[in-house]
Amino acid sequence: MTQTSDAIEARTASQTTIVLDGTEVPFCDGETLYEISRRHRKEVPTLCYDDRLDAFGACRLCVVEVDGFRNPVASCTTKATPGMVVRSTSETLERHRKTLMELVVSENTGGSARNGNIDVDPLRGLKSQELSNLATRYEVDGTRFAGATSGKSRQDDGNPFILRDYDKCISCYRCVRVCAEREGDYAISVMNRGFHTQITTEFDSKLEDSACTFCGQCVQTCPTGALADRKALRDAETPGELKKTRTVCPYCGVGCSVDMLSKGDKIVGIHPAMDGPANQGALCIKGQYAFDFIQHPDRLQTPMIRASNGQLVPATWDEALDRAAAGFLAANRDHGRHSIYAIASGRAPHESAYSVQKFIRAGFASNHVDNCSRA
Amino acid sequence: MSNPLSDMEKPDVIFAIGTNMTECHPVAATRLKRALRNGAKMIVADPRRIPLAEMADLYLPLRVGSDVALLLGMAHVIAREGLIDQEFLETRTTGSEQFLAHVAEFTPEWAESICGVPAADIEQAAKWYGAAERGAIYYTLGITEHICGVDNVQSLCNLVLMTGNIGRPGTGINPMRGQNNIQGAGDCGAIPANFPGFQPVTDPANQAKFEKLYGKKVDLERGITKVRALERAAEKTMKAMLIVGENTAVSDPDRKHCEHALTSLDHLVVIDIFPNETTALADVVLPATAWGETDGVYTNTERRVQRVRQAVPPQGEARPEWWIIAQIAKRCGIPGFEYESAKDVFNELCSVSPIYRGLDWDRIDKGEYHWPVPEAGHPGTPVLHETEFKNGRGVFTVVGYRDPAEVVDDDYPVWLTTGRRLQNYHTRTMTGRASGIDYLQPEEFLEVHPDNVTAWGLEDGGMCRMSSSRGSIEIRVRATDKSPRGTVFCSFGFGDVRVNDLTGSGYDPVTETAELKVCPVRLERV
Repeated sequence: MTQTSDAIEARTASQTTIVLDGTEVPFCDGETLYEISRRHRKEVPTLCYDDRLDAFGACRLCVVEVDGFRNPVASCTTKATPGMVVRSTSETLERHRKTLMELVVSENTGGSARNGNIDVDPLRGLKSQELSNLATRYEVDGTRFAGATSGKSRQDDGNPFILRDYDKCISCYRCVRVCAEREGDYAISVMNRGFHTQITTEFDSKLEDSACTFCGQCVQTCPTGALADRKALRDAETPGELKKTRTVCPYCGVGCSVDMLSKGDKIVGIHPAMDGPANQGALCIKGQYAFDFIQHPDRLQTPMIRASNGQLVPATWDEALDRAAAGFLAANRDHGRHSIYAIASGRAPHESAYSVQKFIRAGFASNHVDNCSRA
Repeated sequence: MSNPLSDMEKPDVIFAIGTNMTECHPVAATRLKRALRNGAKMIVADPRRIPLAEMADLYLPLRVGSDVALLLGMAHVIAREGLIDQEFLETRTTGSEQFLAHVAEFTPEWAESICGVPAADIEQAAKWYGAAERGAIYYTLGITEHICGVDNVQSLCNLVLMTGNIGRPGTGINPMRGQNNIQGAGDCGAIPANFPGFQPVTDPANQAKFEKLYGKKVDLERGITKVRALERAAEKTMKAMLIVGENTAVSDPDRKHCEHALTSLDHLVVIDIFPNETTALADVVLPATAWGETDGVYTNTERRVQRVRQAVPPQGEARPEWWIIAQIAKRCGIPGFEYESAKDVFNELCSVSPIYRGLDWDRIDKGEYHWPVPEAGHPGTPVLHETEFKNGRGVFTVVGYRDPAEVVDDDYPVWLTTGRRLQNYHTRTMTGRASGIDYLQPEEFLEVHPDNVTAWGLEDGGMCRMSSSRGSIEIRVRATDKSPRGTVFCSFGFGDVRVNDLTGSGYDPVTETAELKVCPVRLERV
């Protein structure tokens, strides 16, 4: 959002321009060719790029042609300078990108690449479709360079949240970078080089024995599904279309925006909202993974009232509400308005707390109301 | 918070006190980590060597409950070193003369004798914060859950007023709210002293306004707090209670007292999503819709008003709280509960609250506004106190150090302090029912310094009995130098480790918040 408004400002205020695909366009100081191209809706492909992370320039898919440069340049790391003449697409560039994609896909042994599409369940993670979408766009199937691959899945890591399916890893390092740059946890790193490249933790351990906090950010930036949301994948076979509902996390007071994922009546997972104003895509273990309590069998299902034998027994709404009201009326009649008290919840929405205080104030001419902030 | 979360990346000096932010507000902590990457200095004051302390440029390991002494020492140095923002002091504050005369007595050496932090480190902290271009304070319950919680907050305010670190980006005094909508519950008027929007109930103008709005005489006196209400229940003068979404029996201190109070009521109605220790004592239990099953609004710690939305149908016969309360109200003959949707309720709140007046259901769709939003078209207020304080000038408060309600002695020689852990939340009604969380933390444990484990004859991984004057529990010992010598820590999350059987030594006289952060205990191997 900010980027767009900054850009609009730049467009009106700045006199500096480049020529992009034959059109003169203005840019802000420090803007990269990729940022300008994306702003103008050019479909420049990327794999190692995540706009929350420092540009990395590793995948080379975002290359563009610039007059005066002998070779295409990575647009994500090249800053615009006045008067540059840039082409975001050309026959040469597309051929180059297709070759790169063939190399990348040959790395990715997951799914059914050989049939021309890499099947990745969207439940694996927010960005898990990026590689498969590009493979489809460039019609590559990984057969051209079939052979050696890098990254080995860690089936020994039995943690319940993060599947470490490194057979699908393409060494874009987005997971390592998000952990360092956004989370500041530095729990994972890169071991070895070339075909021996492996994303791992300190001492090559399980995540639970590392500095990992299970925030799931690595899962949500992974472009191939190599890191995947184990909890969400439990519902891979659950029928129904995947629906996303924008809401706010129910845990601490930071108020992170999330997209709740559901299939039919069932909540199946959480995606962080990249445009969430409080969190800008970040989440913690609770917001990311502790969502399924709402459909736990322990939930109270029906109203209950205490029977004459002292037991709580199920009741209809009418019975229970009548009983609830009668008790307050009796206390008010027999002991006065100040014999009634209400405690509102700091967990429920405003409409709950507002109704509770109105019930006491408008109902019993009393200010005997509080919430759970004192403990 | 006086400043928005995005400002947490902007300070040049961060002072975090009584906040275990990486565990309790992890996403906010990522912003502090970015501020550190940008070159900010961080001072962390906490009895425990929490993860934030490991990242700090200066760590002040103070004794539990000694914050006022530390902060007086810092104020002394700021004054002595000429780090006062004179222009701010003259134009924006009042009471500085008396305050400065007061702090002249309290040297860092005096502070060291109380809080145990070396005087040189207190000096350094004061110099950094005092000289900051943009100094920001962050705190949580480590400041407020004390008998001197208000004194602690006022001591922090004094530092802010001395240095003018307020009203600008990257500065401010920033309490991190612990629950998703605890800010909202206060905003909505669910507090004994204020109508919605923090309008005092004792102000005749507000009384007249709400009499007209609610069509009924209002109470001219403040209500009592929950703590007093539970006392009156135990004395049998409080007769009927409505509790919404709080496991009062477990989350409040001195559990035996709470249970006795709740069972003494003639009539207890509980609205919740799970059965718990409190619903077990109720006369009527009403099932509410949970998160994800209802539309509504939360306000976060930076006063940002945000929509929550229904994604899945409610479980069983659960209904939204506003509907349930409206049905009870109608049966009690109370007018004004003819709501048809959460939107109706929220829009009524906006119409009666000066801080929400410029908002309505549709306007908050994208969560862009920080209150106060006094009228439609107003952009909201991300930074408070830019040019003036709510009541004009910022008032210095003369605060003195007091010991905690109970201090260690021969019978109870160890300080216990309590809090939360990353994986679990509160009394685990939610995280305890989310699959996988158990894998990372299957049970509660007591963090004890390795030297103490040996000296006290305990065993790392073994069980111990921990007793206070109010009760006794058994808990597993874990040796860690996260705990300082002489102080132990556990969370209150696990129902089988009833730590609030032990706590409850005293309450802040103003807010009646319990001193949950300090409790002298005795440990014995079992």
